Amino acid sequence: MTPLLQVRDVSHFYGARIGCSDVNFDLYPGEVMGIVGESGSGKSTLLNCLAGHLPPDTGEVVFDTRADGPTDTVTMSEPARRMLSRTDWAFVHQHARDGLRMSVSAGGNIGERLMAVGARRYGDIRAQATDWLGRVEIDESRIDDRPSAFSGGMQQRLQIARNLVTGPRLVFMDEPTGGLDVSVQARLLDLLRGLVREMGLSALIVTHDLAVVRLLADRLMVMKDGYVVESGLTDQVLDDPQHAYTQLLVSSVLQV
Amino acid sequence: MYVAVKGGERAIENAHGWLAEERRGDTDVAELTVPQIREQLKLAVNRVMAEGSLYDPDLAALAIKQSRGDLIEAIFLIRAYRTTLPRFGASVPVETGKMACDRRISATFKDAPGGQVLGPTFDYTHRLLDFKLAAEEDVPSAAEAEARTAATPHITSFLQGEDIIQREPVSDDAPGDLTREPLSFPAGRDVRLQSLARGDEGFVLGVAYSTQRGYARNHAFVGELRIGRVAVEMEVPELGFAIDIGEIELTECETVNQFKGSKTEPPQFTRGYGLIFGQSERKAIAMALVDRALRWEELGEDNVGAVAQDEEFVLSHADNIQATGFLEHIKLPHYVDFQSELELVRKLRREATGKMQEAAE
Amino acid sequence: MTDQAYNFAYLDEQTKRMIRRAILKGLAVPGYQVPFASREMPMPYGWGTGGVQVSAATLTPDDTLKVIDQGADDTTNAVSIRKFFERTAGVATTDETDKASVIQTRHRIPEMPLREDQILVYQVPIPEPLRFLEPRETETRKMHSLEEYGLMHVKLYEDVSQHGQIATSYAYPVRVSGRYVMDPSPIPKFDNPKLEMDAIQLFGAGREQRIYAVPPWTQVVSLDFEDYPFEASKADHACDLCGAGDSYLDEVITDDSGNRMFVCSDTDYCRSRRDDGHTGRLAGDAT
Repeated sequence: MTPLLQVRDVSHFYGARIGCSDVNFDLYPGEVMGIVGESGSGKSTLLNCLAGHLPPDTGEVVFDTRADGPTDTVTMSEPARRMLSRTDWAFVHQHARDGLRMSVSAGGNIGERLMAVGARRYGDIRAQATDWLGRVEIDESRIDDRPSAFSGGMQQRLQIARNLVTGPRLVFMDEPTGGLDVSVQARLLDLLRGLVREMGLSALIVTHDLAVVRLLADRLMVMKDGYVVESGLTDQVLDDPQHAYTQLLVSSVLQV
Repeated sequence: MYVAVKGGERAIENAHGWLAEERRGDTDVAELTVPQIREQLKLAVNRVMAEGSLYDPDLAALAIKQSRGDLIEAIFLIRAYRTTLPRFGASVPVETGKMACDRRISATFKDAPGGQVLGPTFDYTHRLLDFKLAAEEDVPSAAEAEARTAATPHITSFLQGEDIIQREPVSDDAPGDLTREPLSFPAGRDVRLQSLARGDEGFVLGVAYSTQRGYARNHAFVGELRIGRVAVEMEVPELGFAIDIGEIELTECETVNQFKGSKTEPPQFTRGYGLIFGQSERKAIAMALVDRALRWEELGEDNVGAVAQDEEFVLSHADNIQATGFLEHIKLPHYVDFQSELELVRKLRREATGKMQEAAE
Repeated sequence: MTDQAYNFAYLDEQTKRMIRRAILKGLAVPGYQVPFASREMPMPYGWGTGGVQVSAATLTPDDTLKVIDQGADDTTNAVSIRKFFERTAGVATTDETDKASVIQTRHRIPEMPLREDQILVYQVPIPEPLRFLEPRETETRKMHSLEEYGLMHVKLYEDVSQHGQIATSYAYPVRVSGRYVMDPSPIPKFDNPKLEMDAIQLFGAGREQRIYAVPPWTQVVSLDFEDYPFEASKADHACDLCGAGDSYLDEVITDDSGNRMFVCSDTDYCRSRRDDGHTGRLAGDAT
């Protein structure tokens, strides 16, 4: 099977400081990869490099495109990369307001990607928006409300609906539960797990929260100071951490 | 037949006649002459030349007279006239190092070759209304000294020796000209500087001031401010060398800015640059500050989202002729569009009230 | 009387050639905004400098020029622009749509269908149809080049969800020849269907330094939803002077008690109908 994403020697530097360095991995269709580490470990830098938001200083990010098969997205033309970001890719930001149009209604937020790829029947767009509100557990009566009137958890669920409505093949998530109350987090995680299973999504999830990866990720990479220090199957890494830093991470959670 | 309130030709002619009368004002008061404006309202003339992009004090003075002292209107007159002028060629770059300085100050060194020359400045005057000026009076002549004949070196050239200030890339390319090519983004520094030099003094001042208050602060020192006359030379192909075709008065400002270094540059001083027709030092300093702020990308600095770092915002809104035209055009008739809006709002209201009634029933 | 101090139609020949090149490029790529080095004209930006430059580059000494603003020949800005060309180009001018070879307009398309030997020049304030969704030129140019027009439909979606219909009444966006989304200038949406015509249509935006064009017989589609189709609408009246039921109408307040009359915005159309003997509700008692 061809990997959906092949990451080769990706590095990014901030001046003399390392953002992330020499990252290599493959992601196969239907697989969910977690990237954990404390803040400043380079996990968000890596995610932004992979999603095309930040140009890597070295390396390749090869995506298995529908049209041309595996293609390096770093060197691909900007039009092609932008096309990917609104069709086959999705990006869930930590702060919902970075990923939503705050002055556009919930329905318009969900409908945007549909209209971008050519949907022209208002009734259909409306129906799909209503359906997706239901799937992310937002009451459909809120369809014409703006996200600014939503709670943090609802905004995050709306952002997820807006991203998944066109059936992307790869979802990038940056701390999707960050900044939410614990009870709200649990509900969101549950929802995400359902959607991932149901849609067979491939995803890269950056988080500092081990509970998130235990629930969602098949595989895990642990980052420290810009380097990947350990990787493997999620259960394996969490239950039998090899690297001293991973051991510290895991034990610090257990003490809670 | 009923005719809606429409201006028509006669209304326009009458308005123009009235305007001419108002411009002249009370005929018992002597009429202003163009030379009076040129000599006695020189800073207004300078501003009109700078923002009109045409160095001609007589025409600028005429424009001020015609515009009743509305300087933006005067700049507009000069710009429109400038459009009709043929372009014979470009001068060689003026050598400001050879400027015959009337004023030259540095805030970064106590003294330097060429000295600190205050010149004719408002600085250190107490801003007290001088009622004596209300009566016409002869001005006593100012003290004179021997003019300096040697060239006055730029302050930044002393820093350059130490390599402690960034070296500007040298280029023989003809600079861009936004009066001949449409503005496009990203604009080169040449076009940015041209845009700022032509830009509205108030706008450039406001943006510069915002950098000082922390919106993309760049720690500027006035390395040097000089005002004086420089020779303009032009290459004549038949002769094969440059000849002197006249001289112009310029204000030049170079700021020296603190810079901690970035991904691509070691710590060193950087600079901002301002060059304006005539004595216009407020504008020249402001231009240098904004120039420096706009260089964030080239120097690898962070974009902090400040207006002064936003090239597209600054360049798109600096021109007062564009701004005033578009602003004032909203007084032109728009009744066709307004009618369309009227119909729409009526229709929306009909439907909304219809729905409310249905709901009530 | 021509003012001899200036070149024919004010601009020098080199500038006119530069503008003609932009016009030709615009015609070759319908709806695409061609940047051009707009000159400073003796009228303010926003008052038709783009249209004036396009007209100046288009006019020949044999042309007959008509200038309208709000559909009327005698509105102040139309008078001023017509006088400008009388003075600087010495061309013949007319109020009659039929007799004009070049028509410069602000905010309207004449009611009478134009012919293939006519050119319609529009004055454009903001050429960018995406401007109020995305203020950055660098972004909007990218959106056009990648045909990223999703946001445009988001706006229409929001209209329908809030108002039950598309609530744009003028400067209604269109898609030209299946490719570029274009602002037809602030004409009422009533005029949109006329954008598919036999004449050449040129659009000039002076301050924004853009020229664009719609060649004759080019498809121009007003953006909409399949289930909320575009509707060209106008006041539900007939002209009170000439009785026309098919023309765009100005609403005029006639007295202190709020009485109204509706008259053709296209003054030439109204006059020619009245000359042909058509009358409206107030044709007799209007003074």
